[in-house]
Amino acid sequence: MSQASSPTHQRTFAQRLRKNYIGWLFIILSVLGISLFYFYPMVQAFLLSLQSGMGSSLEYVGFDNYVRLFNDPTFITALTNTILYLLIQVPVMIVLALVFSVLLNDPTLKFKGFFRTAIFLPAVTSLVAYAVIFKYLFGNDGLVNDFLLGMNIISSPIAWLSDPFWAKITIIIAITWRWTGYNMIFYLSALQNVDKSMYEAARIDGASAMQQFFFITIPLLKPIILFTSIVSTIGTLQLFDEVMNITSGGPGNSTMTISMYIYNLSFEYTPDFGYAATVSYVILILVVILSFIQFRVAGDRD
Amino acid sequence: MKKLKRVFTYLFLSVAAIVSIFPFLWMLVSMTNKSVDVTAGRLIPGTHFIQNLNNLLDQTQIGTALWNSFLIAVITTVLTLLIGSLAGYGFEIYRSKGKDIVFNILILSMMIPFAAIMIPLYRLFGQISADAPLIGLDTLAAAFLPTIITAFFIFFFRQNTKMFARELVEAGRIDGLSEWGIFFRIYMPTMKTTYAAAAIIAFMNSWNNYLWPLVVLQSPEKQTIPLLISNLGAGYTPDYGVIMTAIVIATLPTALVFFLMQRHFVAGMMGSVKG
Repeated sequence: MSQASSPTHQRTFAQRLRKNYIGWLFIILSVLGISLFYFYPMVQAFLLSLQSGMGSSLEYVGFDNYVRLFNDPTFITALTNTILYLLIQVPVMIVLALVFSVLLNDPTLKFKGFFRTAIFLPAVTSLVAYAVIFKYLFGNDGLVNDFLLGMNIISSPIAWLSDPFWAKITIIIAITWRWTGYNMIFYLSALQNVDKSMYEAARIDGASAMQQFFFITIPLLKPIILFTSIVSTIGTLQLFDEVMNITSGGPGNSTMTISMYIYNLSFEYTPDFGYAATVSYVILILVVILSFIQFRVAGDRD
Repeated sequence: MKKLKRVFTYLFLSVAAIVSIFPFLWMLVSMTNKSVDVTAGRLIPGTHFIQNLNNLLDQTQIGTALWNSFLIAVITTVLTLLIGSLAGYGFEIYRSKGKDIVFNILILSMMIPFAAIMIPLYRLFGQISADAPLIGLDTLAAAFLPTIITAFFIFFFRQNTKMFARELVEAGRIDGLSEWGIFFRIYMPTMKTTYAAAAIIAFMNSWNNYLWPLVVLQSPEKQTIPLLISNLGAGYTPDYGVIMTAIVIATLPTALVFFLMQRHFVAGMMGSVKG
């Protein structure tokens, strides 16, 4: 008691209080900024999703917009496409990136630096720039068809951009080209921290390269695989730049994504901000659910 | 058997490398060719580069777009680093229960997809347009304001601050520096590599940002580089040589940053996942 009122203790208490107060000053700008530019719009978007009307003449309609989602063929197409991209592109890319990183982690491999830099290079391009390049490469008389025809792999040009099926494939190829090297770098640096003696012990015990990959490499890389797959999932759910610049969502709506539909609803068609906000909540809900599932599936022991 | 596997490995990696590099080579070569030659599939360098460059300068406002992109990227990078590092430092050095709760709430915002808040943001800037024309719709400020404060950079700086020696803070206090003095005179200079890595990410993100500028910038003289390229690419009668020249110019800054600062670049990527 008597100690608590001693002047030195009082001073340190006052100092602590002051430091705590200064600490808040360091973070206040960020708190305000994120509240204004993330949380406030989130609330606004929800309120908007309960309204309907054109432009700025909106009125509350309850959950009508959410009901409308189920009867909106364009929305269902956009949702299906987005999930399709997700289910095919993310696993393909992650497996490719893992294979590259394991091959490049071999200390006896020559030209390692060249291969690593080359495969990573696509990650430095701007999304719009590479999308435009892919649009031309995959055109009807583009270089990809020229090459495939020249090698006698196909007998007539593939309609990469104007066939609903091939247009989706083109988008998937494009995203995989852009992001595989990016993910590979994460796995490579994780592999460099793996204790080499583990592989030695496994070899002595007679484990094949395949067994080493599945029983040592994959479990050890699990946290980073989880991280990259969540990042890729969130990214793919928001896919916009590539689709906009390669196919503009076409032919028809066959490559349309949810983000692009939101953009069209707000700025291309007669603006319907209320319904666009409703669609945008679908992305948010998907991000939350999928991140949660991935954590549950892969991160259970962390 | 082992040799065969080796050969296969090199073959596989070579194909991957060629596929990765080819679009770059193609745009560099096409930049020097006439549009008809590009369409005809010419893969050897030509002599049309100066002509393409002149056409690009005549037909588009590429100079203005470069300047806009550059200005936005520099301001964004400086403000992002300053505000993000202040917060990352604040959360870690002045750790308290209350701040930890706030931190976790802020981190949640990383899950919010941009498309989900785009419309309210657009309306927000529309509403302030009348009162504050300098930061309203169709201004460069509107293009960067919502992007400068992100949970990612707060998280990034907090993670890296964990490696900053706390004794330096105490030493600064004993030397009579104010809490702000410690941040600006000790922390900032010590954390140069962290700032370099963050600067690369912030600059590239800004330089390549497309959707928000597309929504918020309308007049041609406000265009950024990605908007200009997107417009060129969407044209009905594209001049491929000219477009390729524009794309090379747009890619140059980020490619240069990558090659000159490769170490920081990778460090920046990794900094986001370090436990």
